[in-house]
Amino acid sequence: MNLNIKYFGVLAEITKCSEETLSFSEGTVGELLAVLQAKYPALGTKDFQVAHKQEIVTKDTKITNPEIALLPPFSGG
Amino acid sequence: MNRYSRHIQLTEIGEEGQRKISQAKVLVVGAGGLSCPVLQYLTAAGIGTLGIIDFDVVEESNLQRQVLFGTSTIGMNKALAAKQRLEDLNPTISIHAYPEKLTTSNAIALFTDYDIIVDGSDTIATRYLINDAAIVCDKPIVYGAIYKFEGHLAVFNYNHGPTYRSLFPDPPRNGSVANCSEVGVLGVLPGIIGAMQANEVLKIVLGFSGVLSGKLLCYHSQTGQTNVISIPKSKSSIEEALLKTGILNDTYEATCDVLIPNISAEEALQTENNLFVDVRAVGEIPEVVLPNSKHIPLHELEQHLDEFRFEKNYMIFCATGARSTIAIARLQKHFNHHFYNVVGGATALLSQIKQPHE
Repeated sequence: MNLNIKYFGVLAEITKCSEETLSFSEGTVGELLAVLQAKYPALGTKDFQVAHKQEIVTKDTKITNPEIALLPPFSGG
Repeated sequence: MNRYSRHIQLTEIGEEGQRKISQAKVLVVGAGGLSCPVLQYLTAAGIGTLGIIDFDVVEESNLQRQVLFGTSTIGMNKALAAKQRLEDLNPTISIHAYPEKLTTSNAIALFTDYDIIVDGSDTIATRYLINDAAIVCDKPIVYGAIYKFEGHLAVFNYNHGPTYRSLFPDPPRNGSVANCSEVGVLGVLPGIIGAMQANEVLKIVLGFSGVLSGKLLCYHSQTGQTNVISIPKSKSSIEEALLKTGILNDTYEATCDVLIPNISAEEALQTENNLFVDVRAVGEIPEVVLPNSKHIPLHELEQHLDEFRFEKNYMIFCATGARSTIAIARLQKHFNHHFYNVVGGATALLSQIKQPHE
């Protein structure tokens, strides 16, 4: 499956893109994160949540939909 | 009512809606970039009681986005400067300025006096403190946060809906998140997100459906794109928050300077004129049976204040000391009696009752 991954905030600075298409065979959110961290090691230094089908999910969620987003917390006000 | 005629003309608001607005009490935490438009629009809308808490002073570099202030207010406390400006905008409402930092010692007492809490703060630690205190006080939070060109908007703890901890369960590691003073921010961005926060406040006050509860709206000012992400309610987030409020020292940078006297279970039992108060939920174990005791769950405390009218040594306990600490902080607001936190809670008391004076 070709995933469409959106990066927000500081994560887009690490990946140098706000969105990308990535081929991913099958697996969980945790397995996808391992792939992404191998590609962008600095992701491992940041805290963020993952949305799958526009919903916040946990790492053991099985990916069934191409829409993925990585959301870090923002503190500014 | 000429001031509000454009609201009243809307059939969805009308005289009745405007009356609801005039009776609403809203506390805005922080008087920075997000809060400036929140305060302006809520003041203009005629929100009856507005609270503003901020310990910081106006700096020249704030004026690029904090549109309530001007050159003449540089150096002035932000809450006081905001109040001064807003009273000119609408002298018919009541505005309270708290020129202090939101801490574990004032949050609960302050939140109790308001219906809705607006999070316009600028540190992660304050955001967790606001979340947890709002859960304890059962108040909705209208949340806004920004990073460079991007903004977040959400409503948390609305009718017991998802909270900030449902979205981000634990504070990020130190240094993982930067704030505006460190990274810069597009000046108009907090204006956009703050105005949307004011809109969510009015939706709650007016009872409109479609409040942004359990949803995170992500806005990008460069692309104009918005993404709305659903936030499922994590099962134990409320109880977790209650527990975490009790260990504020560890989870918030704010220093915990609440003056809550601790007492050991043994001493508590031996103290004269004592009355034990169990603030755990109904049915929590272990059950503690004492002749001079009451059971008042924390969330019902406010309805049972008259039970504390007598001068006694109140021994407040729960399971871990988290809820008893919150209970005492609330009780101290109403009474000058002696309230003690029983260290070790129900378990410690029970072992003392079973093995007295060993």
